[in-house]
Amino acid sequence: MTNEELKIKLTELLSSATFEEGTDPIAIGWVNLFIAPAEWKPFAQQLRSTEGLDFDFLFCVTCIDWKTHLTMVYHLTSTKHRHTIVVKSKLDRTKPEIETVCDIWRTAEFHEREQAEMFGVNFLNHPDLRKLILTDDFEGFPLRKDFEDPINMIKL
Amino acid sequence: MLEEVSVIDQGDMIINIGPQHPSTHGVLQLVVTLNGETIKKVEPHLGYIHRSIEKMCESLSYRQFIYVTSRMDYLSSHINNHGCALCVEKGLQIELPERAKVIRVLMDELTRIASHELWWGAMAMDLGAFTPFFLAFRERETITDIMEDTCGARLTMNYIVPGGVMADLHPDFQRKVKAFIKLFREKADQYNELVTGNIIFQSRMKNVGILSKEDAISYGCTGPTARGSGVNCDIRKLYPYEIYDKLKFDEILETGCDSFSRYLVRVKEMYQSISIIEQLIDNIPEGDFQAKTKAVLKLPKGEFYTRVETARGELGVYIVSEGGTTPYRIKFRSPGFSNLSALNHMAKGGKIGDLVAMMGTLDLVIPDIDR
Repeated sequence: MTNEELKIKLTELLSSATFEEGTDPIAIGWVNLFIAPAEWKPFAQQLRSTEGLDFDFLFCVTCIDWKTHLTMVYHLTSTKHRHTIVVKSKLDRTKPEIETVCDIWRTAEFHEREQAEMFGVNFLNHPDLRKLILTDDFEGFPLRKDFEDPINMIKL
Repeated sequence: MLEEVSVIDQGDMIINIGPQHPSTHGVLQLVVTLNGETIKKVEPHLGYIHRSIEKMCESLSYRQFIYVTSRMDYLSSHINNHGCALCVEKGLQIELPERAKVIRVLMDELTRIASHELWWGAMAMDLGAFTPFFLAFRERETITDIMEDTCGARLTMNYIVPGGVMADLHPDFQRKVKAFIKLFREKADQYNELVTGNIIFQSRMKNVGILSKEDAISYGCTGPTARGSGVNCDIRKLYPYEIYDKLKFDEILETGCDSFSRYLVRVKEMYQSISIIEQLIDNIPEGDFQAKTKAVLKLPKGEFYTRVETARGELGVYIVSEGGTTPYRIKFRSPGFSNLSALNHMAKGGKIGDLVAMMGTLDLVIPDIDR
């Protein structure tokens, strides 16, 4: 599906989604769209199951701390049609919450656990949100911009 | 449906493997719930070698951060460097000289062979055969020597940098690589005879650790792990970078979905890499090995994503830039992390004795998972 067709199809599914022009010169074919966190779960289900979209491969889940808010970034691709989209969602920095998608793409279970401990995002209905990489008693969210480590040097 | 989290019944036993256990190929801890000899659940605990490379990179410049990435997947450090260099070049729109491209591909493929050879030796050792480990290391040594000549390092090379490569090839490079190709062709058949055709080896690998095509996609598996389940995922074919679109090689697919298929994919990939090297070794173009770049690199504001095929699968480098000299946020989508998430699914219902063999076929490198 081309970029334009994808945009039309995605707007049909979710009229409140807003598009952003990709800044990446090569990945310009990737449709970037913003959605509200509350709409993510039903939208994700539609992305996975809608005929012609078939986004079955979630290859990158990450979060960005913009100091005023957090942005969740999901990179999705379809192994059948070979089109890729980037779904972004702005989260409140004081109480970041978004629904888990690990029952749709099972790889999300690990990726969400990592983002949860690094950024403090609470993935609602996640089956097992314990710390994966950090120690159990670790305090703070190391990948947030305001994290200070009293022991280890992390800045030059 | 999601699998249940709590499965512990009366009579179940929980055993702990690692982090200091030779079969986990590094510092990985597995907590295994067993019923008799049958595995009910495998729970990986990570982070024993977590260095927060993503955070470190936020305070390093675009020339400096390459050096940290060699320490992620140390068995394919060239390819890690390559992914990062590509991402920076994409942001700056640097056009590389042909010579640099060819050198990069040559180095990538040599690394892939070295990595697969080490895996092959360790894999056989996981199953109790000790000799292949020595054989594999002997041949791998030849590649590390070639690397040492040109890059000055044997493991963390830091050779591929934004704009090209660090230094020109060593005068002996072509001669030594040709000698290696000859050596590899002789030895590889011997390897197959020793291990691949071995009936004990086959019966321990076949129908063990089943990972169906749908599951492989859902768990985000890439590389030989997914190709053993018949998923087309070779980045070199799907999204060619450098000169891969001009080279003749096959994407190896096996449809057995078991440990043996994953084994075969890696063994056959070594032959493909050798064939790529043979196509290029006599045709290295003359010219510069580096493009002209500024001393201080500044990426324009925006987001950049590149992917490369490492020996373990798809490495994604995602840079968010605010226009400064350091990345605002950098994310490494490491292949091992996603591949490991499939382990619980693969191992469930299997026997504890097969767990190490299944894990071996995932080709885990722990620093790559922890980052």
